Amino acid sequence: MTDERLKQVSTLRRAMIRPELGAICGTILVFVFFFMIAGDSGMFSPEGIQNWGVVSAQFAIIAVGACLLMIAGEFDLSVGSMIGFAGVVIAILSVHMGWPVWLSIIAAFVVCVALGALNGFLVIKTGLPSFIVTLAFLYILRGLTIWLSVMTTRQTIIGGVKEAAIGDPLAFLFGGVIFKDLFQWFADMGWIDAFTRGSRIGQPVVEGVPMLVVWALALVIFGHWLLTKTRFGNWIFASGGDAQAARYVGVPVNRVKILMFMFTAFCATVFATCQVMEFGSAAADRGLLKEFEAIICVVIGGALLTGGYGSVIGAALGALIFGVVQQGLFFAGAESSLFRVFLGTILILAVIMNTYIRRMITGER
Amino acid sequence: MKKTLTAIAAAAIAFAGLTGTASAEGEKFVLISHAPDSDSWWNTIKNAIKIAGDQMDVTVDYRNPSTGDLADMARIVEQTAATNPDGIIVTIADFNVLKGPIMDAVDRGIPVITINSGTVEQSVELGALMHVGQPEYDAGFGAGKRAAAAGAKSFVCVNHYITNPASVERCRGFADALGVELGSQMIDSGMDPSEVKNKVAAYLKTHKDVDAILTLGPNSAHPTLAAVRDAGLAGEIMFGTFDLSGEIADAIKKGEINFAIDQQPYLQGYLPVVILTNYARYGVLPSGNINSGPGFITKDNIALVEKYAGEFR
Repeated sequence: MTDERLKQVSTLRRAMIRPELGAICGTILVFVFFFMIAGDSGMFSPEGIQNWGVVSAQFAIIAVGACLLMIAGEFDLSVGSMIGFAGVVIAILSVHMGWPVWLSIIAAFVVCVALGALNGFLVIKTGLPSFIVTLAFLYILRGLTIWLSVMTTRQTIIGGVKEAAIGDPLAFLFGGVIFKDLFQWFADMGWIDAFTRGSRIGQPVVEGVPMLVVWALALVIFGHWLLTKTRFGNWIFASGGDAQAARYVGVPVNRVKILMFMFTAFCATVFATCQVMEFGSAAADRGLLKEFEAIICVVIGGALLTGGYGSVIGAALGALIFGVVQQGLFFAGAESSLFRVFLGTILILAVIMNTYIRRMITGER
Repeated sequence: MKKTLTAIAAAAIAFAGLTGTASAEGEKFVLISHAPDSDSWWNTIKNAIKIAGDQMDVTVDYRNPSTGDLADMARIVEQTAATNPDGIIVTIADFNVLKGPIMDAVDRGIPVITINSGTVEQSVELGALMHVGQPEYDAGFGAGKRAAAAGAKSFVCVNHYITNPASVERCRGFADALGVELGSQMIDSGMDPSEVKNKVAAYLKTHKDVDAILTLGPNSAHPTLAAVRDAGLAGEIMFGTFDLSGEIADAIKKGEINFAIDQQPYLQGYLPVVILTNYARYGVLPSGNINSGPGFITKDNIALVEKYAGEFR
């Protein structure tokens, strides 16, 4: 009897058991659909691509963290509240307390990653489901955010960050735009449109690549590398698949899970910082429902809610689908509230498809 | 275990000290709004009830459904009435949902003043003493008249709180003033600024004929302004918004936003407390309702209000 680990597996079968297969099919279908109904609306012009690309990138940033954590067998429902909290911390420290923006950003990262560690620590030490612990933190952080902003500024929208960030070295890293000269050259060559009226006449309609997109790509690449090319990636799968068995073979399950909670908090803080730098303000209601949107991206991407199975590339494609659908309906001229219906339908179809493919391949009942 | 319980009790007492209500002894009033915890616009009203409470030597609690769910708001009205306060100040966010609980409070003999959302007619039907607020349809209509006078024919209304009927009334009033049917011009934008910005950008790209924008508050105005700037249309397109913030004030000064509709929320918080206090103590009451707005803030009068934008204005 041959060892199943040595058994030859066909390329087709190997492709079929990839978690992201459903997301790849979904992405193709969504793009084909929108090419058909909104192809001539400007959705696939450089300006249109930037439009849904930025929204997708935003989802991708939090989806990477949520994906790795879900593969490790845990949930973080406090992601949305963490986004609001991180933004308000940056704004209060930089605008209200006069700290340099770079220091405010670092402080926000330190505080939020520490809160992520606390989330993980409580899950491990209490043995409570992460669903419950992070649900509690969803409320704690949202309440703290509102209380902090009202107590310090008597407002829940704190502006003035853009002015404070002028010339700041870290601000550009989160709110800047790269390849400006290249895009100006594209406009000069007539390859992309330039403004023909208004205050920006002669400038390209797409200024460059926002750092938000760069962060999304960097996190997706890092997450994929970590999960598929490192021993730590194997530990993540093992911790989510069967934590007890993983412990028996020496996997530091507790450490893996706490680090994944910290990474999820890190991703939420990246999201918040990019948003604060783009809009120049923080608000206590930022990040509402983002935890669910992150989970939707991950599930569309083929991950199991029970852990031990999933893909960062799949989650990134889930984020792409989410962004394209949400913005595509605007380009298509559909009633704007319908995107929720569309998204819910895609979620159900993606899960059914992913489950069906997995059962077909693995022979599960 | 005993030590732990003592520590928890001490922490709870300390926290209660941090989160006290608006004032001292005397009458107790409760203001119940429909707004979720995070809605920045309500700060002004919270500040107003604190100041009114201090001045009148009364206690004023602020209560709201944390997520903005109007069914939860109805429960809050019921719970508040059960505590028999000296008066209730409440928004009529949805007449049908709140009708029963508010009328029950009135039937208990609790004086009620309605504020903000809803109409004078609804307030009368509920048995409230009076209504302090801005007629939402009229405010939208007034904004639409200004846009029409500037030559606007096609518009987009950016609605970040589409589940609140009053928000739709604002958009409908604007549409009626322009003489167009309200349909897909009202965007369900959500509250996330990046999404609001990109939805508006997509709409402007696919509807080149849009020559007027109406936003319903800072949550939609700030990202919409960013989208308009990115599209190179700042100062070129007619832009009106409800409510005020520091950023909106700056944009008005620069000519990027033509006007802000100010319903003077400070008055919606302050006046009911003063009126209820005098009613409880001396039985005196103004005879009519109070329209706190709409007032239009433009480049001409912005200097007067920007100092207090987002705090008292």
